[in-house]
Amino acid sequence: MQCSLISRPAVYATLVVALFLTCPQSPAQFSGPGVDASSAYSVPQAQLLQAEELNHLLSATGSAKPLVLQVGSHVLFAQAHIPGSEYIGPGSQPEGLQQLQKRVADLAKKKFIVLYCGCCPWNRCPNVGPAYKLLHDMGFTHVKVLYLANNFGTDWVDKGYHVEQGR
Amino acid sequence: MIAAPASLAATSLLNKKAPELVRIDLSHNRVDLNAYRGKVVLLNFWATWCAPCQMEMPRFVVWQSQYGAEGLQIIGVSMDDDPALAHNLSAKLKLNYPVVMGDEKLGELYGGVLGLPVTFLIDRNGEIRARFQGETDLNAIDMQLKSLLHHR
Repeated sequence: MQCSLISRPAVYATLVVALFLTCPQSPAQFSGPGVDASSAYSVPQAQLLQAEELNHLLSATGSAKPLVLQVGSHVLFAQAHIPGSEYIGPGSQPEGLQQLQKRVADLAKKKFIVLYCGCCPWNRCPNVGPAYKLLHDMGFTHVKVLYLANNFGTDWVDKGYHVEQGR
Repeated sequence: MIAAPASLAATSLLNKKAPELVRIDLSHNRVDLNAYRGKVVLLNFWATWCAPCQMEMPRFVVWQSQYGAEGLQIIGVSMDDDPALAHNLSAKLKLNYPVVMGDEKLGELYGGVLGLPVTFLIDRNGEIRARFQGETDLNAIDMQLKSLLHHR
């Protein structure tokens, strides 16, 4: 849907409300102008998953259990990662995106996938944004990104959630 | 293998001897943390994909020049997988201190480096006096650094 602003001060406020109501952001739509597609902020709010939610999902079974993919640093992954998660490679690098594309190539588009990184504070993470965009562009419809405000150590490990070690 | 929480262990390193660190740096020189006993060491874990790291490293270059004569030695530890990336960025930023490559073993020795940057301040006796993680107020590090340098 095409949306445009009409500059008539008397009705401006009304229009803003109307536009907000008639132009909702689709969950799959990337944030508007000014948001770098490589930024973690490009991941739609509705697609974010909190650590506690993911921790519960790890014990789910069947299609409710997500495929969890780490799209950041291998050295950090080797020190600690979410149990059962797989190392893919940094989403900020072409090699990482190629690896991600390869890993999901044979999966059903409705497969529940969770991406995470935790290398840096959320507003500085270069990896989850491009990784999410790739899956979105490939047509995956059930992709979430783990929201880690500070880093994996502070927001997952220090909160007492289980981890595995090793490459 | 299920592991115990790693990064909480970092706090227990405070006021203890810094874990051993002996590595060959990017210029092929041997770096042994013990050899810097008598100096104040700023040990900085970083990576090329870490934006906050790259913001603070130019300041470290200034500090190495400014405080070097007073006994400061900065050591960088790149947590990149590929040394070539670390080498390129070190050259670009004109780092004037040694950089070694880190790995999970070194990260675990230092209490779990599970997010970058991480910076330790080590006093002249080789004991860890401070740990900073994430985007940090560099003036706070500077103040603590000066305090350690004045303490002989």
